[in-house]
Amino acid sequence: MSVKQISIFIENKKGSLAEVTKFIAESKINLKALSIADSQDFGILRIITDTPNEARELLKDAGYTVTATKVLAVGLDDAPGSMAAILEVLTKADVSVEYTYAFMSTIESRAYMIFRVDDNDKATKALTDADIQIINQEDIFNK
Amino acid sequence: MGSYYQKELETMPVEQIKALQSERLVKQVKNIYENVAYYRDLMDKKGVKPEDIKSVDDLHKLPFVTKADLREAYPYGLMAKPLSECVRIHSTSGTTGKRVVAFYTQHDVDIWEDCCARAIVAVGGTKEDVCQVAYGYGLFTGGAGLHGGSHKVGCLTLPMSSGNTERQIQFMMDLKSTILCCTPSYAAYIGETIKEMGYTCDDISLKAGIFGAEAWTEEMRHDIEKALGIKAYDIYGLTELGGPGVSFECETQTGMHINEDHYIAEIIDPDTGEVLPEGTYGELVLTSVDKEAFPLLRYRTRDICVLTREKCSCGRTFVKMSKPKGRSDDMLIIRGVNVFPSQIETVLLEQGYSPNYRIEVDRANNTDTLDVYVELSSENFSDTVKEIAEKEKQLAAAMKVMLGINPKMHLVPPKSITRSEGKAVRVVDKRKLY
Repeated sequence: MSVKQISIFIENKKGSLAEVTKFIAESKINLKALSIADSQDFGILRIITDTPNEARELLKDAGYTVTATKVLAVGLDDAPGSMAAILEVLTKADVSVEYTYAFMSTIESRAYMIFRVDDNDKATKALTDADIQIINQEDIFNK
Repeated sequence: MGSYYQKELETMPVEQIKALQSERLVKQVKNIYENVAYYRDLMDKKGVKPEDIKSVDDLHKLPFVTKADLREAYPYGLMAKPLSECVRIHSTSGTTGKRVVAFYTQHDVDIWEDCCARAIVAVGGTKEDVCQVAYGYGLFTGGAGLHGGSHKVGCLTLPMSSGNTERQIQFMMDLKSTILCCTPSYAAYIGETIKEMGYTCDDISLKAGIFGAEAWTEEMRHDIEKALGIKAYDIYGLTELGGPGVSFECETQTGMHINEDHYIAEIIDPDTGEVLPEGTYGELVLTSVDKEAFPLLRYRTRDICVLTREKCSCGRTFVKMSKPKGRSDDMLIIRGVNVFPSQIETVLLEQGYSPNYRIEVDRANNTDTLDVYVELSSENFSDTVKEIAEKEKQLAAAMKVMLGINPKMHLVPPKSITRSEGKAVRVVDKRKLY
């Protein structure tokens, strides 16, 4: 029940994000979610798309430094406290969250978050046990 | 007119210097030809026999030796005396297996220490002085050389070695050190630390400093002189030729007098090997005429400088060399340590990184900085900042093992390193040293 996220290594300088997003657009890769982490020298652009394998190959062939990571896409009610509840479940299950980001969705008027954790299996079990919705790659686009 | 450690030698008329050099050279060449197989081969290959060398004017007939020869002959191949006659070993700072080792007989140690003593006396040192030696002690020649020279002059010698700067300053104040010997960057650092500790140069008794083992500018000299309230003097040497004291500055601070009774200096065109006339910039080539254990004939220093025999007001007649203004190879001297870009490349390949890198050397607060930018490929890439920072740290640790100094590593995306004509620009030295 995980989602394949593609990460791209970019320079932390003006124009580098524009350059890679332009390439993504021209390659007809459909972006569903995006987040950026940055340090002084570099940035990591993380994207969720319906065709991660294809996207990865396209980017790699174009000379980008790319990697694929399995992350969890979790659905939560658009209400106060939902995020805290998820984090509490994960903390109790001794799962650490490396990073998380939200993405827009029109699915069932719910909010969706991407979670990058240190143990996907453990996290999946804990969240499922707590009746928290986890969706897969197809769900993101099909629903 | 200043004071001298060995007046008769240091102020000898030029004709006499030449005669002494010729006499020693002829003897040295014969000795080396008979005792060092490696040299004999080099000379035979060039078709030179010892009897072809009758005076310094014949020096140009001899083959050059380079650092590559020293490595090839490592460790004993260039020795002219049996090990049982030797009393000391020193080595270059390289920790790469590419190190250069030099051997000394007691005579060699004596003449080396004499050269350092000359440098100390030239800056006004006498037996009344307290000489703080803050060069590293150990295999490095800096500590041992100035330590020995200080003893010969009769200074009260403080063998501090480098590091532990606050203690260094405490001793300097308590024991009223008057002469400081260390690298120029360390002298600058001591100056800053004194200020940080809330003292000024009025709280210390230093009057002079002898600083070498790395390139430094007139601007840096001015900064150090101001911070420490001293006169700062340059000293030059190479481990291969015995260490510091090949040449030294006198009170005029106008270049370094080469100890010509022990070394013959030539300036050559680094590309053709042709000897250039006095007053022309070129590569300094040195011949040690009275070393016993590890004599070198026409050693290419790779340092670019100019020689002048203009009369010096200090009274010394030894030829003066300018501060080196560059190198004829790609070696960088960073914080006194010799660094070759090829060493950095070796570590990158060993650690599974691409050979696309850029080395940036700069100087901040009078201390050298080394930054290495490496292109990161998909194989080593991770989606978290933490893991990439961790990889940078591991790479810096591997570099430290190879180079002896800690670089700051920067992993960067492919193609972000500037290429000129398709080739990555490997080294950017932003220091204005020359």
